[in-house]
Amino acid sequence: MTVTALAFYLFALSTLVGGLFTVIGRNPVHSVLWLILTFLSAAGLFVLLGAEFVAMLLIIVYVGAVAVLFLFVVMMLDVDFAALKAEMARYMPLALLIGVILLMQFGLAYGSWETSAMAEANRLAVAPEGQNTQGLGLLIYDQYFLIFQLAGLILLVAMIGAIVLTLRHRTDIKRQNVLEQMWRDPAQAMELKDVKPGQGL
Amino acid sequence: MSADLNIILPEILLSVFAMLALLVGVYTGKDRTAPALTWITAGVMALIGLWMALTGEGTNAAFGGMFLDDAFARFAKVTLLLSGAVVLVMGQEYMERRNILRFEYPVLVALSAVGMMMMVSAGDLIALYMGLELQSLALYVVASLRRDSVRSTEAGLKYFVLGALSSGLLLYGSSLVYGFAGTTLFSGIVAAAGEGQTALGLLFGIVFMLAGLAFKVSAVPFHMWTPDVYEGAPTPITAFFATAPKVAAMGLFARVMHDAFGGLVADWQQIVALLSVLSMFLGAIAAIGQTNIKRLMAYSSIAHMGYALIGLAAGTEQGVGAMLTYMAIYVTMNVGTFAFILSMQREGEPVTDISALNLYAKQDPARALAMLVLLFSLAGVPPMMGFFAKLGVWQAGIAADLVWLVALSAVASAIGAYYYLRIVFFMYFGQEGVQIDTARSPLLWGLLMGSAAVMVLGIVNLFGIDGIAQAAAASLVN
Repeated sequence: MTVTALAFYLFALSTLVGGLFTVIGRNPVHSVLWLILTFLSAAGLFVLLGAEFVAMLLIIVYVGAVAVLFLFVVMMLDVDFAALKAEMARYMPLALLIGVILLMQFGLAYGSWETSAMAEANRLAVAPEGQNTQGLGLLIYDQYFLIFQLAGLILLVAMIGAIVLTLRHRTDIKRQNVLEQMWRDPAQAMELKDVKPGQGL
Repeated sequence: MSADLNIILPEILLSVFAMLALLVGVYTGKDRTAPALTWITAGVMALIGLWMALTGEGTNAAFGGMFLDDAFARFAKVTLLLSGAVVLVMGQEYMERRNILRFEYPVLVALSAVGMMMMVSAGDLIALYMGLELQSLALYVVASLRRDSVRSTEAGLKYFVLGALSSGLLLYGSSLVYGFAGTTLFSGIVAAAGEGQTALGLLFGIVFMLAGLAFKVSAVPFHMWTPDVYEGAPTPITAFFATAPKVAAMGLFARVMHDAFGGLVADWQQIVALLSVLSMFLGAIAAIGQTNIKRLMAYSSIAHMGYALIGLAAGTEQGVGAMLTYMAIYVTMNVGTFAFILSMQREGEPVTDISALNLYAKQDPARALAMLVLLFSLAGVPPMMGFFAKLGVWQAGIAADLVWLVALSAVASAIGAYYYLRIVFFMYFGQEGVQIDTARSPLLWGLLMGSAAVMVLGIVNLFGIDGIAQAAAASLVN
């Protein structure tokens, strides 16, 4: 067994284990940590494929930002995960049955996996020369320009949607009015009382 | 590049318009601009649709085949843009009165129309997915537009979660197909799949993609979201769901099946036929017990998708043409029917209960007659245009040796006629009950009457759309 193969099996195994424990973990914080393991192993798999730029993106964006965001959300949301899990346990037998059947079917499909005779040539046809970043740049901003722009539109829709569904213009809250603050002077804000000694107000 | 941009000019115009409308909405009067924006958006959509109908010709591919502009795409785009525009103006008054007309609504509808146009023009698995997501994401948002109503929010959330699941299935299928063919271009997939024995992995990919697509057209067994979403969403938005997105999803379905898997008709034909039979029967039987007219229309749409899928199951040029004709007629019927449902109210509150229509014919004979024509047409009763839509797919089915499918669909059609006729019975021979008062809107009245008139007058020559649809189908199937 070569080192590459060994590395592949290690990364593949830890990806699967990480994914499994993400789903079945009891503590949601642990689930997020397992998810991070999955991301890291997937990054390893990308490196083995020679896609180092995507691997680094996975670590920087997913592990560095998305997973941390998940962690915050999980900690801040007041969701009773134990109750959710109990609800899920009721359907466990059915879910297991469907899962096992699907797994067997995939075994069948991948066991006799064959690619078309043209697949290899097709795959090479789009791969540009040079380094990862250069190749991605050429593909995204040239050949897949249309798709890139569409992705932008989708993000725009997501933003509009988030605002439409959550923004509420409230009238009963106090806002800071900077000008009003600046125009205040002691004459408006204070009242001087001359208190005579021994008499009080 | 500039030639490519020329080909996608309609999409560019609509997206630029949507972004400008968003800017105008944000920087001016916020929701006060909404009615005007709604009308302008509808006008722009209709103009782009007419422009494409009048000037588009030939088959053009842009971006290396990722975007296809052919007669098929244009037929679907014109249908969805025009119906989308009509539905947009139809609901404006209703939404304004109930204080849910926000300026983002027309913007989101325009962006989802861009997604739909991408869907029917997709020539690549990635382009397909991007179009689908752009369309769906905008629809999830508008479904829950009435955010202080639990029902509307539930509708949006349910639609979103199940839609995400179906997108996952579609993507999984796409990855298997890519794994087999080594390319995401439809033209490459067709060439790679060849004519011989189908590889098991490719077959799995097709099945997963079919499941994802069936969800989008709400075919059984992927229909569960439809009744809840139709009922929960505000009625104008339900009307939108029942028209343009259905055309786009059907167009996409036909596009993928013929452009990407055109050589494997025998493999996917049985699956599509099964989806079709299940949809027709479930739509016909489950609708019988419904008391809410929006839920009933949801089951009706499931059944109608089943009939349209017969045309696709035929796997022939005639079948695709019949399916396109079916969708165009179905959308026209739905516009009229929803114009009626939108005008159903009691003391300003919308009513969706079927029993509220008791003896409606005495109260307003003209509207009741128009509704009767539309319901007969939806049921496929012979002299109406809806019958000719069914006849078209049946002919295509018989020509493709799917006699069993056609026979079963005739049975389902007879069962389904019951619940349409039940509404007619209520309107003409029902019991005395609490009446509804009808919203006095000339626009809704005009659309209802216009749609009913089309259903009657169209029987002369179907306004020639079957010829255009066949020509469109010829550009897809070859």
